[in-house]
Amino acid sequence: MSSDRDAAIVGIHEYPSRDVEGEVSPLQIKAESAARALEDAGLNWSDVDAIYDAGDGGGMGGLNIAEYFGLKPNVIDTTNVGGSSYEFHAAHAKRDIAAGKAKVALLTYGSTAHSNARAIGVGGRGGPGMHPAENMDAFAGMTLIANYAMVARRHMHQYGTTSEQLAEISTATRYHAMRNPEAVKAMEDLEFLDIRETTISDVVNSRMIADPLHLLECCMISDGGGAVVIASPEVARDCRKPPVWILGGGEATKYPENGGDITTSAAAQSAPQAFGEAGVTPAEMDIAMVYDSFSITVLTLLEDLGFCKKGEGGSWVQGGKLRFDQSGGPALNTDGGGLSSNHPGMRGIFLLIEAARQLRGESTSQVADARLAVAHGNGGMLGSRHAAGTVILGRD
Amino acid sequence: MNDVKRPIPRSDEPDTAAFWEGTKQKEFRYQQCNSCNTVVFYSRRHCTGCTDGELQWKTSAGTGSVYTFSVVRQSYHPFFRNLVPYVVAWIDMDEGPRILSNVTGVAPEDVSVGQKVQVEWEEHETLNIPLFKPV
Repeated sequence: MSSDRDAAIVGIHEYPSRDVEGEVSPLQIKAESAARALEDAGLNWSDVDAIYDAGDGGGMGGLNIAEYFGLKPNVIDTTNVGGSSYEFHAAHAKRDIAAGKAKVALLTYGSTAHSNARAIGVGGRGGPGMHPAENMDAFAGMTLIANYAMVARRHMHQYGTTSEQLAEISTATRYHAMRNPEAVKAMEDLEFLDIRETTISDVVNSRMIADPLHLLECCMISDGGGAVVIASPEVARDCRKPPVWILGGGEATKYPENGGDITTSAAAQSAPQAFGEAGVTPAEMDIAMVYDSFSITVLTLLEDLGFCKKGEGGSWVQGGKLRFDQSGGPALNTDGGGLSSNHPGMRGIFLLIEAARQLRGESTSQVADARLAVAHGNGGMLGSRHAAGTVILGRD
Repeated sequence: MNDVKRPIPRSDEPDTAAFWEGTKQKEFRYQQCNSCNTVVFYSRRHCTGCTDGELQWKTSAGTGSVYTFSVVRQSYHPFFRNLVPYVVAWIDMDEGPRILSNVTGVAPEDVSVGQKVQVEWEEHETLNIPLFKPV
């Protein structure tokens, strides 16, 4: 077991625009975010000796991005597991820094999904690819939302979960979004109708997209990006902002199995690794940054992270306890989440960024004296094959 | 009318080609290990349950039940957008394989988890597609 002060997040930046109108490229978003995050840390390009990259800028991930940034890193990690890539990257950075391979790690993300009109959230699938699973699935016309909706349907069948309970996720997230000027601007730029706090009734009466999921249970499709700088304790002590320590990490994958349980995700495997390494429990978490592609994603992940027992998530989230100003549970997605602030396709980096803001005291929905946060990314698709990355963060 | 065709699986994908070959005879084929009895589906060359077993091809009776489903009401796919609302479902075959498919021949509101279904082949030129209808 490693020490819990191996590495810290020292620099963060969330690219502010959610609609770049085709005038900025994903690579340019990555570079600008990197520069701002390094500036936030009080570091420079020349300090970076480790690159973590999901390949969102094109080419061969870490190879091309090192050239584009003009870096000569000693650690190049091109792990791509979709939206959870950044939780994997953070845990790998802690591991690599603890092993003495690097001192300053740079994670970046850039996407112009909205400008490209890429149908991340609502589209059909393309034709069969060469992966055997794709060659089995494509004929059925499962949209991305239907993939998640089938988890929700089974969850309802197995545990009695209701649409009203799932809607708690959407209303808490929107509550936080309305306090975040960048989230409000995002909703305006993406032409959301009727931008305001929502009620349970608003959510369950919104248009059905794929039963049982309604429009207000689905994430937005934005442009965007960001960067995170992670450093060794020696470097972190001299940075401009207080360190946000990476206390533990865990990773896992899950895929369809004959007779398998679709209501349990890979988080059930990654979370015990992360909490175990950190030596803390879910009940101690002040903040839960949990990938909200859809309402059911969060409900499933909260259960698998260990906030409540499997199947009890529906009743557990009731009563607004996930709001930053309520007690009884962690504050959920206090930036407004993918549902109401930022979802360019791979949201994982924003989970780290907002968790770090909370532990620095910089959130627009700040939890008083927040000390511990969990960031959990889900990459791929919850209802079929997906990856889970859990990271536990804490301040001094 | 809808001139765009349903996506047709490739017959040259190395692992799943034999399954699709079987659909030409309207056979729902799956594999089972002769050593550890693991049911393997989608089809592969290797057993996922043990390292020394040989996979035997078997033919399902074609019956199963709905594990879970969704009614798709919005799609931008050139074929499926004309089908909405349609039912996508994970089907548990009685012999063990779980397959993603559509439940057809029934109003979406009459589909339920646990419902008994049987395969209904949709005919195409090069192979047949296993869709499902309530028993």
